[in-house]
Amino acid sequence: MPERRVTVVAEVGLHARPAATFVRAAAKASMDVTVAKVPGGDPINAKSILQILALDVRQDETIVIKAEGKGADEVLDELAKIAGSP
Amino acid sequence: MNMTGVGVSPGTGQGPAFIVTVSVPEPPEGATYQGEADQEKQRATDALQQVAGVLELRGDRVGGQAREILRAQAMMAEDPGLAVAVRGFIDEGIAAPRAVYQAFARFRETLAGAGGYLGERAADLDDVRDRVIGELTGHPMPGIPSEPAPPDEAGGAPRPYVLVAHDLAPSDTALLTKDLVAAFVTERGGPTSHTAILARAMGVPAVVGCRGATSIRPGVHVRVDGTSGQVRVEPPGSDAGRANGSDLGQSSGGTWAGQVAARDAGGPGRTSDGHAVPLLANVGGQSDLDAAVAHGAEGIGLYRTEFLFLGRNEAPSADEQQQVYRAALAAFPGRTVVVRALDAGADKPLSFLPPSDGEPNPALGERGLRLLRRFPDVLDTQLEALAAAADGSSAHLMIMAPMVATAEEASWFAGVCHVRGLASAGAMIEIPAAALRAESLVTVVDFVSIGTNDLAQYTFAADRQLGTLGTLQDPWQPALLDLVHRTATAASDNGKPCGVCGEAAADPLLACVLVGLGATSLSMSPGALPAVRVVLAGQTLGQCQLAAQAARGMETPAHARAAARSELPELARLGL
Repeated sequence: MPERRVTVVAEVGLHARPAATFVRAAAKASMDVTVAKVPGGDPINAKSILQILALDVRQDETIVIKAEGKGADEVLDELAKIAGSP
Repeated sequence: MNMTGVGVSPGTGQGPAFIVTVSVPEPPEGATYQGEADQEKQRATDALQQVAGVLELRGDRVGGQAREILRAQAMMAEDPGLAVAVRGFIDEGIAAPRAVYQAFARFRETLAGAGGYLGERAADLDDVRDRVIGELTGHPMPGIPSEPAPPDEAGGAPRPYVLVAHDLAPSDTALLTKDLVAAFVTERGGPTSHTAILARAMGVPAVVGCRGATSIRPGVHVRVDGTSGQVRVEPPGSDAGRANGSDLGQSSGGTWAGQVAARDAGGPGRTSDGHAVPLLANVGGQSDLDAAVAHGAEGIGLYRTEFLFLGRNEAPSADEQQQVYRAALAAFPGRTVVVRALDAGADKPLSFLPPSDGEPNPALGERGLRLLRRFPDVLDTQLEALAAAADGSSAHLMIMAPMVATAEEASWFAGVCHVRGLASAGAMIEIPAAALRAESLVTVVDFVSIGTNDLAQYTFAADRQLGTLGTLQDPWQPALLDLVHRTATAASDNGKPCGVCGEAAADPLLACVLVGLGATSLSMSPGALPAVRVVLAGQTLGQCQLAAQAARGMETPAHARAAARSELPELARLGL
């Protein structure tokens, strides 16, 4: 399954505005998209703001984003870019 | 029944109470529904979508930081994980309102348990939950009135409400107007709280820190004195008090606002014996600019530039800034416009101006001038834009630095401005150290301006946002008056202007005292200008000086106010 590993550099982590932007982009994807903390975290639904907030990704933590199906690479590239933005 | 809080926006107002509810009752455990599960699920889905739509819409209308919060809340209402949980509970036979309650609880625990930032999101989530349950049960939505109360007799006029709440958030108040609200009463908050500032900007009386206020019954007639802090609740069915409101400071001339309007002849601010005190406006964006002109401001005493910078990833260009500054200068040809250099940090963090280290106490951290000295390019671009905007303008542009602690800092800032060709550079006095050493500080700048909100916060080590410390933030505190006096005297001895641009200047009685202490100009929310103009015109400079002396001779804010009032007999006639 295609995936992207990203280290979150934003000071607020994957919260506040970055979280909202991330979820909004994920929600547009036609397939399921998951996010997990690396290493070894359980995957959660990337389209859920509540699950993303509860995942509590802080600055300098790494996540893995996964999606499968037609257009998955484009979706993953966009999400990785958002998560990796300062 | 009488209650007392802290009067933070002067005048009196009355009307039926509107209680801003903060929570709807918990739907009973074990509640079931009749009919098909699919119908119940549809009801829940519709309510969630309805609430998301309202939040999104309201966010678009308020803009700024509140918009971010409201949009995130809209996303919570539309959360797919939440929807799955709601449908699951409905499949178990649980009625939609209870299913929504339980689904939210599942996520709420995780967030609340984390504390800090996530803990605050739990409060946002509760708000969404209550709105959805309110939608489903027909319980009045947490929120504010959308139209005034109906007339109390046939053929009468609609009546604005007295809005009563625990506290009001920017998102609650963004849509309020004077047609809807005659006065504010809140249980929490201090003189510089959001409610207080909003009320003064609207020109509506307000009392904050009034315990027990939310126990007032909806619709009961309430009279509010935003000067003394008194809140009078009439017994149901009584209309005796309504006819003669004079005991609450309304003389026969009608309402306080009406009296001000009747007496306000406009024109420059001055005492009855002709001592000129320019009355200027605090401005934080284009709409304030219009209000400032409309209320007869003689210029701008505090132009906050933060609105240009907030919510961005990088500083606006010199060109963009120049256009905005030009509009401000053009609104006041030939008049004074005091622009404050970017005051970022503390409660106004900017991503492109990060403090160098984690700050456990941001209010005591790198903010204001401290931050600008670390990012001189940002300051330089701003000064370049200001110099370009002033070129060809007839307005008298003055620039001041926020958060100045020492004469050395003030001197550095003045030097940078002068190099840019900006002739008038000043310092804000909002740190006690700057006031204590005002004698040397005023010699290195062209003017000073006292920011009473922060000066009170730093003098009393009392957070501006904490309602429980409201007494310490009271601008009538004699220690604060001492610092104002010390600063104004030092400025006067050196022939430099000393303005006051905190919210203290918006209180007409205190405005007279500030003039008596030596303030050479007063700057405030535009809505407060007419009342200050009228009251100041009724006193001589000598009376103001006596009132200032009397206030400083007292030990508590209440005594200081009473002592000042006794020296200003004209105020009684105005009902203050």
